[in-house]
Amino acid sequence: MENIKRRYSLSGTTMTEYVSTTPGLFPLPDWAKDDLSGLKGHQKHDLISGDESGEIAAAYEEARKNVIDAQQETDLDHTVEGQLRWDDMLAHPLAVHDAVETRGIVRYYDNNNFYREPVVTDDLDFSGDVATELETAGELADGDDLQAVLPGPYSLADLATDEHYGDEAAFLDAIADFLEAEADAFPEHETLFLLEPSLVENAPEDGVDERASRAIDQVAGAVDADVVVHPYWGALEEKVYAHLLDADIDAVGFDFVANQEDNLYNIQEYGATDDISLGLADGQNTLVEDPEAIRERVDWIYDQLPVSAFETVYLTTNTETFYLPYAKFEEKLAALAEAAELAEVKAA
Amino acid sequence: MSPDTPVNENKDQFRPDDHDNDHFLLTTVVGSYPKPKWLNRAKELYQDDDHEFDAEDWQEATDDAAQLITAEHERAGLDAVVDGEMRRNEMVEFFAHRIEGYEFNGPVKVWGHNYFDKPSVVSEVEYDDSWLVDEYEFTAAASDRPVKVPITGPYTLANWSFNEAYDDDEELAYDLADLVNEEIEKLVEAGARYIQIDEPALATTPDDHAIVGEALERIVADIPEEVRIGLHVCYGDYSRIYPEILEFPVDEFDLELANGDYEQLDVFKDPAFTKDLALGVTDAHVAEVESVEQIEENIEKGLEVVPPEQLVVSPDCGVKLLPREIAYGKMANMVEAARNVEAALDAGELDVERGAPTPADD
Repeated sequence: MENIKRRYSLSGTTMTEYVSTTPGLFPLPDWAKDDLSGLKGHQKHDLISGDESGEIAAAYEEARKNVIDAQQETDLDHTVEGQLRWDDMLAHPLAVHDAVETRGIVRYYDNNNFYREPVVTDDLDFSGDVATELETAGELADGDDLQAVLPGPYSLADLATDEHYGDEAAFLDAIADFLEAEADAFPEHETLFLLEPSLVENAPEDGVDERASRAIDQVAGAVDADVVVHPYWGALEEKVYAHLLDADIDAVGFDFVANQEDNLYNIQEYGATDDISLGLADGQNTLVEDPEAIRERVDWIYDQLPVSAFETVYLTTNTETFYLPYAKFEEKLAALAEAAELAEVKAA
Repeated sequence: MSPDTPVNENKDQFRPDDHDNDHFLLTTVVGSYPKPKWLNRAKELYQDDDHEFDAEDWQEATDDAAQLITAEHERAGLDAVVDGEMRRNEMVEFFAHRIEGYEFNGPVKVWGHNYFDKPSVVSEVEYDDSWLVDEYEFTAAASDRPVKVPITGPYTLANWSFNEAYDDDEELAYDLADLVNEEIEKLVEAGARYIQIDEPALATTPDDHAIVGEALERIVADIPEEVRIGLHVCYGDYSRIYPEILEFPVDEFDLELANGDYEQLDVFKDPAFTKDLALGVTDAHVAEVESVEQIEENIEKGLEVVPPEQLVVSPDCGVKLLPREIAYGKMANMVEAARNVEAALDAGELDVERGAPTPADD
């Protein structure tokens, strides 16, 4: 199954594999938006607590099945769980944790989206919330390559408030320990995407960049899968990128929708991992990219780079896709899947 | 009016003939107001295809609601009234439905299970039929008081849409600004003298204040001087847009400040606030009516920034999310407080030092 779905092409002397995928955090299907707002309510205290059951759990199960079907129907190479329960977006793993209080509604980066501010008030012990989701997804994915998604430690710490660990370094360490244990409990999966938009949006200062890279390394070490660290909404500052390359990870993701020039500069100046993830479809715009155009962007990027070939090239949206209406989200999946396929055809 | 009271002609055109005090603090609202429960019920019937409640019935229901809320504003004593935006569902959707070039693809998440039909701009935006002239004419006929018309600003219309058609949001915002200008011309022709541009998106991207400024230049092009143009901005870090916004071609800034307990007030003291200040004196997201005394204190905060002739009194933001009786209580107390502050000013009992930064608590 795996080998049939993967696409190889000859580029120089290395076989490049093109893998269509996404960073997860999908929009809920429209029926689930309706049903769940009816079942849960619209206010702050109505959001996900992690111990939902009955009709609410059943609605999420059905919705999860829908988005896994959608990925399979479009022949997307990697299947994610969809993170439909993540009411608080990347802050979810903390928002449902017993040692965390959720307080006011705060802005999610520079978007017109909001999440509950998670305030850590006690030891962040093991939760298993995300592992449970992934297990269910694994059953539904039925042998397809499963991809796990987690917030990167730097972004998760950035989105949260600490009232327990005392200082920034200790808090980042605690978050890294927490995510490491969560990832360690994951069922078998092909890749792990660690989403790190805060590395761009709230770039770490000198010293903190190194610590962020160590924290990422620690979480990446918990899994046997390939690890992709995916920052977005721009390019990393040079030093942050250089430090990130010190972590033992398989690929860095680049948001080529938001910033082409600085991302290319980073790769040209500092090199890259053997695998690369290219955010080429806009996760925040309903305009659906032409698969041909995505493939041409891949070629164009190759032309700008000194490296002869990557082993694996992930083709993905630049950001999460919950910003999109459901039907447009499905079209984006199809465009990515087709672009990966075209890359193979072209090389043959 | 005593001969030594300074004059602000643009604002004074809204002074009621029977206004008792020499000083005049124009009282108004930002725009939206809780909808009567029966209107929401009527909407459900209208959206239900199996029900015979039709477009004509819906028109009648919204007319009735507009009349009711306009009268409620009058009863609260407001000097400039709005119909409470009874005909509008959401501040972007409403306009996107009326502008050529927009299409809808389904709801998207704002937070939790709160969604909105975020529209996509799929081709060049164009002006079709007027958006608000009917609404304005109806409200103006229903009231003897001046009517204020809130319009979602082009920057927010651009920023809170998917842009499929323009190279960047700036270009889209300017095209939309030209359409807003066309609409205001029609409103002015119909008799409107008080227009408020709502730009909440500026709070999320304050670095774009120059784009909002340029859009406003387009909006006011060829609009007569006496037409009062306000700009409403809320829930942001004002230090990132002040004093730059003083360059904007508007008469009034309508600002949310009660919610943050006037923590950001000092931002506006230096350099001096050269426009009229429509100060938020009651919190739009606290379902408790502030006392008249509390609101008087809030109004006096405004006098630390501008002299009385430049001060306008208003809630922080649209009050549509409050229970209706709370919204009414806030309006009524706000007007009473404004009249009390005017009387105190007339009597020379108020001595507020302007421009001095508030001393730190510690």
